[in-house]
Amino acid sequence: MKTETRSEQFHPPSVIGNVLRKLHIDIPLFIGLLLISLLSFIILYSAGSQDMDVLMRQAARVGLAFLLMTILAHVDPYQFKRYSALLFGLGLLLLIAVLVLGQFGKGAQRWLDLGVFRFQPSEMIKITTPMMVAWYLAEHALPPKPKQLLIAGILIIIPTLLIAKQPDLGTALLVASSGAGVLFFAGLSWRFMFAIGATLTGLTPILWHFMRTYQRDRVLTFLNPEADPLGRGYHIIQSKIAIGSGGIYGKGWLGSTQSELDFLPESSTDFIFAVFAEEFGLFGCVGLLALYLLIISRCLYIASQAQDTYSRLLAGSLAFTFFVYVFVNIGMVIGVLPVVGVPLPLISYGGTSIVTLLSGFGILMSIHTHKKFLPH
Amino acid sequence: MLAPDLYSTASRPFVTTHQIKHPETDMSRIYTIKNKLVESRLFLNRIIAAFIVISLLTSGLIVRLVYLQIVGHEHYTTLAKDNSIKIEPLVPTRGIIYDRHGKVLADNTQSFSLELIPEQIKDIDDTLLRLQKLLDISDEKIDQFQKQRKRQKRFASTPLLISMNDEEIAKFAVVRPYFPGVDIQARLVRNYPYTDLASHVVGYVGRINEAEIKSLPIAEYRGSSHVGKIGIENSYETELHGKTGYAEIETNVQGRAINTVNSVPPIPGENLYLTLDIDLQKTAYDALDTFNGAVVAIDIKTGGVLVFASRPGFDPNPFVIGISNDAYQALQSSDNQPLFNRALRGLYPPGSTLKPFIALAGLEYNAISAEHKTFCPGYYQLPNVSHHYRDWKKGGHGSVNMTEAITQSCDVYFYSLALTLGIDRMHDFLQHFGFGEKSDIDLTGEKQGLLPSREWKRNRRNQAWYPGETLITGIGQGFLQVTPIQLARAIATLANKGKVVTPFLVKKSANPDSTAPDMEDPQEDLELKPENINSIVSAMVNVIHAPHGTAKSIGKDINYQIAGKTGTAQVFNIKQDAKYNENDINFKLRDHALFISFAPADDPKIAVAVIVENGGHGGSVAAPIAGKVIKQFLGSNNEN
Repeated sequence: MKTETRSEQFHPPSVIGNVLRKLHIDIPLFIGLLLISLLSFIILYSAGSQDMDVLMRQAARVGLAFLLMTILAHVDPYQFKRYSALLFGLGLLLLIAVLVLGQFGKGAQRWLDLGVFRFQPSEMIKITTPMMVAWYLAEHALPPKPKQLLIAGILIIIPTLLIAKQPDLGTALLVASSGAGVLFFAGLSWRFMFAIGATLTGLTPILWHFMRTYQRDRVLTFLNPEADPLGRGYHIIQSKIAIGSGGIYGKGWLGSTQSELDFLPESSTDFIFAVFAEEFGLFGCVGLLALYLLIISRCLYIASQAQDTYSRLLAGSLAFTFFVYVFVNIGMVIGVLPVVGVPLPLISYGGTSIVTLLSGFGILMSIHTHKKFLPH
Repeated sequence: MLAPDLYSTASRPFVTTHQIKHPETDMSRIYTIKNKLVESRLFLNRIIAAFIVISLLTSGLIVRLVYLQIVGHEHYTTLAKDNSIKIEPLVPTRGIIYDRHGKVLADNTQSFSLELIPEQIKDIDDTLLRLQKLLDISDEKIDQFQKQRKRQKRFASTPLLISMNDEEIAKFAVVRPYFPGVDIQARLVRNYPYTDLASHVVGYVGRINEAEIKSLPIAEYRGSSHVGKIGIENSYETELHGKTGYAEIETNVQGRAINTVNSVPPIPGENLYLTLDIDLQKTAYDALDTFNGAVVAIDIKTGGVLVFASRPGFDPNPFVIGISNDAYQALQSSDNQPLFNRALRGLYPPGSTLKPFIALAGLEYNAISAEHKTFCPGYYQLPNVSHHYRDWKKGGHGSVNMTEAITQSCDVYFYSLALTLGIDRMHDFLQHFGFGEKSDIDLTGEKQGLLPSREWKRNRRNQAWYPGETLITGIGQGFLQVTPIQLARAIATLANKGKVVTPFLVKKSANPDSTAPDMEDPQEDLELKPENINSIVSAMVNVIHAPHGTAKSIGKDINYQIAGKTGTAQVFNIKQDAKYNENDINFKLRDHALFISFAPADDPKIAVAVIVENGGHGGSVAAPIAGKVIKQFLGSNNEN
């Protein structure tokens, strides 16, 4: 309350400004997210065979996610910090529960059935892992010492392995990079990062040994998609054809003629970028990337303006993870990265990732709108 | 810009823990200030570094996109449009379903449909208008087409008219060049020649719906539009569907196939031979006449189901091409429930048809001897209870032994026997005959029925079992519920001298000799005493062939004996001392008529269970239906 009166001293009070401050919404970020959600409906309409039902279901999810974002924006960031460890522990327990229950079910099990909806603990872990690591590192002086690095590393590796075991490589990758993001912003030395990179490269053969057959297939297919054009390489070849045939200006909305995409089961989920690129061409793609870059820049700006270590690290990591989402998905669709199950953030059809992503943005808005002290 | 020094000295909301641990607060504060400065600068550097890395990687993506969309554009456009290889699924032909004598129950007929490819049509509304004028197409069909078009990809061929007649084909053929993107396609359409007669058992195929898309193997159903929904079409979907093949086709600019590069042919679905005898099914179905009900007949020697009739049936053919909403609603809301498979899913109290099994239980448990006589005054009373459990015959049957009790269907005899046996022993014994259990016939959606027990009542209703409930269970009323297939299975097992019969519908697939017998594996033997079975069978023969038998009308003009038992199942309860008068009450509340039987009594070949909803008396309504089925089956068998 005190801070708000003070803020009014610095900024001349205006009705709109007051309302927005009360809503705890960051306008540039909000507009960016709204734009990209609208874009999502436009593409989904085309990619989802012009089915209004698909749009309505997605609209319901997006609405729910925006609501959750607004709610989280109202929570004081101090509360996030306070409950970081608790939420992280809870997330781990649920992950283990899913694994144990999965033993009785068939094949991959990623969710808990709560009757009303299915809950994926791995989604929750995407946010609680950077929270936990940020909380832990903020307790100590930065940059982190080797002991703290080791503990932070363990905090990241445990959920990553649990999710990789589900097996959900895409989510595991995102969780690992959200934790790594915190370490990066905490000032992990460049030399150390290169050392880790070199070690991981060296460990590839061992990692290969532990991969599931289908995961190996995906890597092999990525390296040489033409080897199996009817089977596993099919997605990559077809999506490259779709994107390439789009050209500079694209074929126009609903103009996606790549009938082969019909055989692409993920044309409205993981491979939706191929449909977008075919219809809107290079211009559209650059525009979309620019929009993503704007959102990420705003997030990084919010991180730079954050007033305590925990908020900075968390905000930085959330911005970084959002970029990893975009990069891994588009990289996979245009054939520069192997196929891992990562959706195009805020655009792919499906509810869980949108809810998690917008929760992250809610936390960012909370960090930005709950400043205790304002600069002169 | 960041101004870390501005707020590093102020009191902070998040006090780091190690600061508090330090004994010298001044020292730690200095340490913190320095640290905050370093931290802030470090953090800002990292933000900038992150921004640079992100920008570089994004540029990398754009470079790749430029490569694909500008440098490779021509190459990929060629691949996409011009002489490209398309992978087309080759849909297998669905297997044909025959009856036991090779009569076709379901096959595929050639049908011509008028189909449009929206992508190739410039003005679709104009095209539709011209087509409507030319071929006199109803507005409803245009609407249906528009709906379907919206659900499909623009390049998918969408049918406007299904099963065109010759005149329509000729009319369109003349003007075809004026309709680019419109063409006549030959498709195979599933056809059910016997329409409503075997609709429940054969089932039908229908368009694959959204839920099915998710559960079916995508690769196998590329190009398939239909899937089995109910009946044999559903339970043998995998066998009937076959395996989808594919062809790699080279196409020209217009997307027309010019050459097949490579192909893997589809494997057609298996032809299925049912144990069903469609002529016998027709006899049973016709005999039900205007009543709702079910008839199930089983070949006792094999377990093969000869008749599986549920009346009313429905015509499955409209379901194949897409039934109109009105027609479906009419079927759905009809009081007679034509879509309801009574033989498989109908639950009825068995009524007096349960009595032979209760009597056999009495003999097997040595609870009673066949000669033992019970006096029937027309009602039965439990000790110290005033309630009268009534016999169907007002004056009573006098003193009756077991044979007489079954022949005349004396209720009082079985009230007394049920009380002697107790619910536990009745439950255990009846369970062996498959009461309250699925018969495991090869159809999906079978109902389990209900065989009550103490445990069941305690678990489900949290109540104790009352002796009165034992009494009414003894005459097949109360909680007890059976399906017609269950009842047929039980009587077949009894006729088979306690060797459990498991009913099935599909014989060996594509057997060239369709009439070859198909023995099931040897079944579980209940090890019943032959003399006990003989007394029950002779009592059941009396039901048809003795002067007092309740079904004596069907025993004429045959040179063998039929064994059977009539039953009447109450639809509602009559109040104490009230009089049941058929003519007074609503038709829908009239009793169900039941009849179970097998023949010949000395060497059983066929077992039949009949349930006629609201039929009134088992002897006068249900028994003649079974009689017709038995006579036709044994008559034709004797000729062979």
